[in-house]
Amino acid sequence: MERPLTQYIHPGCPPFDLREYEMTGGYSALRKALGSMSPEEVQRLVQESGLKGRGGAGFNTGMKWSFVPMGENAPHPKYLVANADEMEPGTFKDRLLLEGNPHQLIEGMILAAYAIQADISYIFLRWAYKKAAQLLRKSIHEAYAAGLLGKNILGSGFSLEMHLHTGVGRYMCGEETALLNALEGKRATPRAKPPFPQISGLYGKPTIVNNVETLCNLPHIVNNGAAWFKSLGNGSADSGTKLYGVSGKVNNPGCWELPMGVTVRELIEEHAGGMKNGYQLKGFLPGGASTDFMTIEHLDVKMDFASVAAAGSRLGTGTMVVMDDATCPVGFVHNLQHFFAQESCGWCTPCREGLPWVEKMLLSLEHGTGTMEDVELLQMHTQWLGPGNTFCALAPGAMEPLQSALKYFKEDFERHVTMHRCPYHNGG
Amino acid sequence: MSTIFIDNKQYEVKAGKNLLEACLGVGIDLPYFCWHPALGSVGACRQCAVKVFRDENDTQGRLVMSCMEGIRDGLHLSVNDKTAKAFRSQVIEWLMTNHPHDCPVCDEGGSCHLQDMTVMTGHDYRRYHFKKRTYTNQYLGPFIHHEMNRCIQCYRCVRYYHEYAGGKDLNVFAAHNHVYFGRERDGVLESPFSGNLVEVCPTGVFTDKTLREHYTRKWDLTTAPSVCHHCAVGCNTIAGERYGQLRCITNRYNSQVNGYFLCDRGRFGYEFVNSENRITQPIIRNQAVEAVDETSLLEHLRTLLTNHTVIGIGSPRASMESNIALMQLVGRENFYQGISDNEVFVERRIEEVMQSGVIKAASLQDIQHSDAIVILGEDIWNTAPVMALAVRQGVMKTAAQHALENRAIAEWHDAAVKEIVQQEKGFLANCTIGASPLDEISSSIIHKAPEDLARLGFAIAQRLNTVLPAVQLNDEMSTQAAIIAAALQKAKRPVIISGAGLYNEALIRAAFDIAAACKATATEVHLAYVMPECNSMGLAMMQASGFENAVLRASRAKNVAAIVLENDLYRNMPAQITDVFFNNCQHCIVLDSLNNATTQHADVLIPAASFAEGDGTLVNYEGRAQRFYQVFVPANKNMQESWKWLMKMRLIQSGAAIDKPCHPEEVLMMGEQLLPQLKGISTAAPRRDFRVNGQALPREPHRYSGRTAMLANLAVSEPKPKQDGDSPFTFTMEGYSGMPPSPLIPFFWSPGWNSIQAVNKYQEEPGGSLKNEHAGKLLFEYKRDATPVYFKDIPEAFVVRTDKWLLLPQYEIFGSEELSVYSKGISERSPAAYIAMSALDADQMSLVNGSLITVKIFEQLYELPVRIHANIPKGVVLMPSGLPGVPAMAWNSWVQIISIKL
Repeated sequence: MERPLTQYIHPGCPPFDLREYEMTGGYSALRKALGSMSPEEVQRLVQESGLKGRGGAGFNTGMKWSFVPMGENAPHPKYLVANADEMEPGTFKDRLLLEGNPHQLIEGMILAAYAIQADISYIFLRWAYKKAAQLLRKSIHEAYAAGLLGKNILGSGFSLEMHLHTGVGRYMCGEETALLNALEGKRATPRAKPPFPQISGLYGKPTIVNNVETLCNLPHIVNNGAAWFKSLGNGSADSGTKLYGVSGKVNNPGCWELPMGVTVRELIEEHAGGMKNGYQLKGFLPGGASTDFMTIEHLDVKMDFASVAAAGSRLGTGTMVVMDDATCPVGFVHNLQHFFAQESCGWCTPCREGLPWVEKMLLSLEHGTGTMEDVELLQMHTQWLGPGNTFCALAPGAMEPLQSALKYFKEDFERHVTMHRCPYHNGG
Repeated sequence: MSTIFIDNKQYEVKAGKNLLEACLGVGIDLPYFCWHPALGSVGACRQCAVKVFRDENDTQGRLVMSCMEGIRDGLHLSVNDKTAKAFRSQVIEWLMTNHPHDCPVCDEGGSCHLQDMTVMTGHDYRRYHFKKRTYTNQYLGPFIHHEMNRCIQCYRCVRYYHEYAGGKDLNVFAAHNHVYFGRERDGVLESPFSGNLVEVCPTGVFTDKTLREHYTRKWDLTTAPSVCHHCAVGCNTIAGERYGQLRCITNRYNSQVNGYFLCDRGRFGYEFVNSENRITQPIIRNQAVEAVDETSLLEHLRTLLTNHTVIGIGSPRASMESNIALMQLVGRENFYQGISDNEVFVERRIEEVMQSGVIKAASLQDIQHSDAIVILGEDIWNTAPVMALAVRQGVMKTAAQHALENRAIAEWHDAAVKEIVQQEKGFLANCTIGASPLDEISSSIIHKAPEDLARLGFAIAQRLNTVLPAVQLNDEMSTQAAIIAAALQKAKRPVIISGAGLYNEALIRAAFDIAAACKATATEVHLAYVMPECNSMGLAMMQASGFENAVLRASRAKNVAAIVLENDLYRNMPAQITDVFFNNCQHCIVLDSLNNATTQHADVLIPAASFAEGDGTLVNYEGRAQRFYQVFVPANKNMQESWKWLMKMRLIQSGAAIDKPCHPEEVLMMGEQLLPQLKGISTAAPRRDFRVNGQALPREPHRYSGRTAMLANLAVSEPKPKQDGDSPFTFTMEGYSGMPPSPLIPFFWSPGWNSIQAVNKYQEEPGGSLKNEHAGKLLFEYKRDATPVYFKDIPEAFVVRTDKWLLLPQYEIFGSEELSVYSKGISERSPAAYIAMSALDADQMSLVNGSLITVKIFEQLYELPVRIHANIPKGVVLMPSGLPGVPAMAWNSWVQIISIKL
């Protein structure tokens, strides 16, 4: 089983420096692309490989790039931004790549920048990833010193500047347009699309924002080709490998690089070692806090974009949060809604005012003071805070676990009302 | 035009707009908060949701925010769709979760956009039963009251304050449902346009603090259309009264002049009307009982006027009617402008240039739509603030238009436009003496002495038209001239702005030469000369000589009785000269509304009505004659418009009886006969007998309350309504209840629209002109084919003197204008006297900010603290003009620095 992204990552050991990275084939993809491929060829290759964005939306990466204006008359500077603001609750996959092999990301970024002919690149890093910041700073410095960044990279005539930017800890900055606003020093509120960042992004110039994992795939695709990348998928419609994670009351929580389309059962039972003794699986969020619950009936669903969607949820970041039978679903969802309400940027009404209301109703239910009307109002919010009604995807994302909890665990909500307390507490 | 279908009904709408604008434009009520016609769309509040359908067969549709969706030909949308309506009502419910519901004690109540929109959506029942979040409010200065709990987070305040007005100190803080709109810490809002927050805020977060001190609901105000008296721009306002007290000023939308916004001097400067310093009683001095009634006054005047040579001193802040009545009374040859000869000289030149009709006068709308602006010498931020706001819009809009070329982004998509524009600016050259907040949006910033600015102007003109004589400039200035000329050459709609502020006539000529030279390449060239006071242009058009001539006259002729009209001569002239005048006049009759240094010299003092108590016409800087209407009849019958007093005096003088009242139009028609250049001024507003369906127009809204009870403490029977023979208005709520024509709008109201946002209903399209807009009468006729005659007459360059400094005026938006400083807030914002000079000069004398220096100006000594500015040219000192208690200076004279206290 090939693990291109993590083969040289050994938890507990320091990551490769530039020399070690190059000794294991690092920057060969960059040399190949700069030496023998045109930007359009790189774009086409990536598009053909079927690489989809690993940040959660699952949009074809090469396709995303193709909207960037190219050629003589294209506006400059163009920007490439690595979205390393990993803040989705339950998600820690990018951290593994950032801390485990920073040069892999840098090489991926230079490739992406070359493909769109970007002039300046930024890594927008979550503030809490202090170790990653340190490693990235060192690696960027090494890359500059070796002529892999800066003017005229490897004599190819292509130039790229790279900057590390650490955020201040707003979930909102994971949204690409809010990230751009934050990078410009503005409030981290999202922007209306259109215009899309490919046309008017950072400082109004063409910009691509890609997830860390997405970018890390690029050197391997360039080195090994589209067919190879497609073949990595485990008979899935999606190409490549994926970093999957499992957290919750399992025996072996963690993060693994596996072929796209591994089943939920394999992930939980084989890799995560099954549920801890005394706990039953009640449900799980397949791809982070903003995805719909799935339940035991979905154990054989393949963890790829289409299969999870067909099961009524989203692959999201591919990092699963497992809920066991001893955890109150209302309390679980309240915890999530507390997070989302707090992370709302405050720009649009439904999200700013709706989420705190939802949070309060859930808390009230959890305290035993909720009513059936609250449950109805929660249901109402899941509809009104849907896509299109709010300015960005934050509130619709927040509603995904709530709406599916109301679907699968409605009884638990109702018992909170009828028992006037949380049935999971006090020996309930 | 595009065809769209709203709820299956076909409409023709203007392409390039958004769906919200389309719906409002065809008269459909669609609620909104974050959108504003002057600010564009950002899609934050989600209030204006409608359903949009793929085609006529689509029954599902999808919810979209109408402000964020452009018009497409053939588009089907529904405003009445059940889901759309339910969502809009839900948005209100969300906004209301934390709103305090304190309408009964909220200043916005009754004119609140949030109230209107709540009713419009039908939301009435509250399901949120948790605690509301609360905020701490801030002290924001004397004008604005802050009550953050009422905030619905529409973001309009910060968008207006930052982006539209260029302010810095109002911000949005924190996130999620804790977002806070205020300052970093308590303190006075710095922008001189902060008052517009009151109207921009859809609810009661930012309210008028001055109104709060004598609060009245909008529906209880007696209001009339008015024109701001605090500078020469002539912004249209609505003035409101109750219980004989002027309560507030609000904006009166007008697409040509002020649009949606006023400056704080205009909005909050009204309190002089309520001042304790008002003159309330006719007074004949030097007799046993000085206070007299009208009959004895007129009797006394009869002798005075018939036994003396009567001369009249006009006023740049009195109405045309009053100035004309005075000229008519004393005769044209005996009428003098109550301003210095220096000022007359400059203003005469301005009037002559405008009268020539070679260049069109620039309205504020023209300035907003211009693509290159050159300001030559005038500190418009302080002398014509709303013009500065218009200049800012011109600069921003040009940048936006430039950025949007070949892009599929609509102009109304504010956030996207701003993102693309970034720091780009349209062309603005700010060539003034000292620094101005306009510098930060200027492409060329030049701070030089007046002569050098004029030379720069001539050099620019010469580069545009090489036939003109060359000007020798140093390299730096020569480069600047080339840059500015290049920008003007590219411009299609350039505007040149100058003014009388520096009393420098060469600047006027230079500005004209630039404008004339632009005609070769531009499609439309506009020229604006800022005048010192609200009716300076009107007075200048009367073409009388200046005050020094009156002084000469009084000293030569014996037996002179002077009538001084609404003019504190001590503000315009050094006291020595004014004293000579009063010493030589045998009698002095002064008409004014407030006591001042000049009224102290009156033998006969006559109380004049303020703008709120009388009718009149002002001519603004562009020669636009606009009528302001009496708001209320003062309880004190002695307060009459000066022109009424003067017309009575005329009858007395000729021995006739005062039998029939005289009206503004008659006075204006007299003016037209007397002075042909005023032709058309009597048509500036509809005639006094104008009626709609036979009905006069009410000054009071139909919900006006207390009419039978207000004066019950004095008499239980309802008093007979006051009659108004001078205008088409009644002083009551009776009369035509529909929409009056544009110069006669006493208040904006439409069913369901109680707030100022009702202005939508009065416009042809959102943000467009008013229906049947009649924006006054332009007295200068533009002659398309007139051949420009260049002045060419270039002044010598400014030479720095070794121990003397050229004294120039620094205008202060708060403090330099005479009447507004009677408002508590304005006077609080007004600075203490100072002397400003160049850092280079200060360094030489080792002066620091605040050092006290004594200067000698015409044998008078003044000790003042120093303000050091890097931008002031060497050899020049500036002193604030017109501050209360600071005497009039001899501007453009040379002053000596006598001593220094470090």
